[in-house]
Amino acid sequence: MTTSIKQLPDIEQVLSGNGACGGCPATMALRIVGKALGSNAIMLLTPSCSVASMGMTPKLGYNWPAINICFATAGSSGSGIAHALEIMQEKGRLQGEPPTVFCWVGDGGTYDIGFQALSAAAERNDNMIFFCYNNEAYSNTGVQRSGATPRGSFTTTTPAGKRQPKKNMALLMLEHNIPYVATATVAYPGDLYDKVVKAKSIPGLKYIEILAPCYLGWQFDMPETVQMSRMAVRSGAWLLWEADNGKISFNNPSSLIISGKKDAAPVDEYLMKQGRFKRLLKGPDADQRIAEIQGDIDREIAFMRERAKITF
Amino acid sequence: MKTAQVIMDTGARAAALAVKSARVDVVPGYPITPQTSIMEAMAAMVENGEMHARFIPVEGEHSAMAAAVAASAAGARVFTATSANGLLYMHEVLHMASGGRLPVVMCNVNRGIFAPWTLWADHQDSFAQRDTGWIQYHCSSNQEVYNTILQAFRVAEQINIPVMVNFDGFAISHCLMPLTLPPQEDIDRFLPPHEPEWRLDPAQPSSFSNVTNASEYAPFRQMLSDDIMASIPLVKQAAQEYKDITGMWDGDTIDTYRLEDAEVVALAVNSMAAELRLSIDILRQQGIKAGLLRPRLVLPFPAEDIINALPQNAQVMVLDRNYNFGHPGGILASELKSVLFGRRNDITVKNRVMGIGGIDLTRTYMATEIRAMLDD
Repeated sequence: MTTSIKQLPDIEQVLSGNGACGGCPATMALRIVGKALGSNAIMLLTPSCSVASMGMTPKLGYNWPAINICFATAGSSGSGIAHALEIMQEKGRLQGEPPTVFCWVGDGGTYDIGFQALSAAAERNDNMIFFCYNNEAYSNTGVQRSGATPRGSFTTTTPAGKRQPKKNMALLMLEHNIPYVATATVAYPGDLYDKVVKAKSIPGLKYIEILAPCYLGWQFDMPETVQMSRMAVRSGAWLLWEADNGKISFNNPSSLIISGKKDAAPVDEYLMKQGRFKRLLKGPDADQRIAEIQGDIDREIAFMRERAKITF
Repeated sequence: MKTAQVIMDTGARAAALAVKSARVDVVPGYPITPQTSIMEAMAAMVENGEMHARFIPVEGEHSAMAAAVAASAAGARVFTATSANGLLYMHEVLHMASGGRLPVVMCNVNRGIFAPWTLWADHQDSFAQRDTGWIQYHCSSNQEVYNTILQAFRVAEQINIPVMVNFDGFAISHCLMPLTLPPQEDIDRFLPPHEPEWRLDPAQPSSFSNVTNASEYAPFRQMLSDDIMASIPLVKQAAQEYKDITGMWDGDTIDTYRLEDAEVVALAVNSMAAELRLSIDILRQQGIKAGLLRPRLVLPFPAEDIINALPQNAQVMVLDRNYNFGHPGGILASELKSVLFGRRNDITVKNRVMGIGGIDLTRTYMATEIRAMLDD
């Protein structure tokens, strides 16, 4: 059974008074992550919205020791800390329960500039949780395209809408043979919480990607963050799944879509709610471009359905 | 009481043995010629239990330095090594190490820079990192590499500034020379365990390298600049105490040879400076009162020690194994001129660039060059 929102622990690792936008999905997600991780953890951040909102030196809005690192280095920096803690523990310089090492990184720092270091850390299976909070663009620098930006989306560097589909980052991480991969989003907090609790108990590299609908980048109304997150899942544009040692299972409601028990909602409604697709929807070739986006979603659903059948 | 052991080994192995005797905790490593043999030795020592440490086989030098600074922030004693383009690839993270005040020690095995490719030594790589806020030693023998790594850890951890120990590819890294290994208890006496004032600790949540206002950023940078200058007495103290304990001496900020009465002073760093001693002897035999001044510390540039060491009215022949693009000569000559200006107007500075991309610098070649420079 998935933990309900009412059952989440009272502990707060995201402190009040930080600098995030109202309705910020990254901060919402971090709050849930904090409830699962507790205070015995070390946080690594690459340049992103969560750095801009953590507070200026010497203040800190997160109740962990938090280190800012170079943009491309989340994977390798996480490895450095993980190995340092292990050897210091072995040599008796650190006592007690070892802290959880976790990277808190945006989609740019994961899909793009940080991909190499993350891939290598995963191949080494170093002991950390790598969180990607995915708002599908470089939101912190004012919304530029990333490898996570879906086809058709307007950003300041795709002024006519992005021509290419996004890549399936979580699947790429699965193919690194790491012990745990999961996707989540803020509309399903219990699902996210359970996945973090599970990841915390597994040694090696765990990858959790959280879809984070950003009102500023996606251009919807600030109070609708959770609704957008839910619509992404219901349309099949975001699939909730997890993989233990390579074995994929889908979580509700994505599991119903995958099994065919329930049809995915047509993508139109999800797109119409978002200003980032507006130019596309007003153009003369709107039908064709919506069909392309629907095609990307259908392809991912079909592919993941078949991929999940491969087990060892 | 245990006595020192004397072996024959390469400069790369000397570096690895020093890292082992420094009881380093974490070694991230990535191969690049001619540094690779250091990382091979480190991986083997960790694997066979000779050294109690973690070797992290990262996927590139940017990650090697990132893992190094992060491990250091977690409280570990950390070492890595690189060469040439590997060092350049680290550039951004070198700044994080110094700005973050993390006492990482790294060997850079000097090699010329791409493009075009060369495998052999010159000093463009380390000199291109002058402005990253690292302390830089340059060594001229296998023994000095060993000794300097131990001194580097002490200085780095005393003042929380990373230290780069440079030496030439192949001429040092791959050549066998006698190497004296002091007893481990002597090393332990010289280099106490690393006890950082601060580390990433969940019991004390705080931010590290977080965003600053200019009113905080500027003092951080000023402090770094001041502390780099303040490392000079620590470098001298480390050399002296190392000598007191082990009996070995390579100079402190500078090393000199037949300098006291010299009228012609050769100034150079790394292995060419070892060969230059023989050139000095040749020139003396030819009736030229020659001497050698070798800056062992290149950053901070040991201005006062150089000013005090140069004999009256000396002609200084700076032999640069690098280019100072945009200027007619090399970087050492520019550094020297900047410290002499207004302080030692009696000194003449002449400069030639040589030995680029590993061109062999023999005693006779350099003696001939210095004679020719008399007429420059």
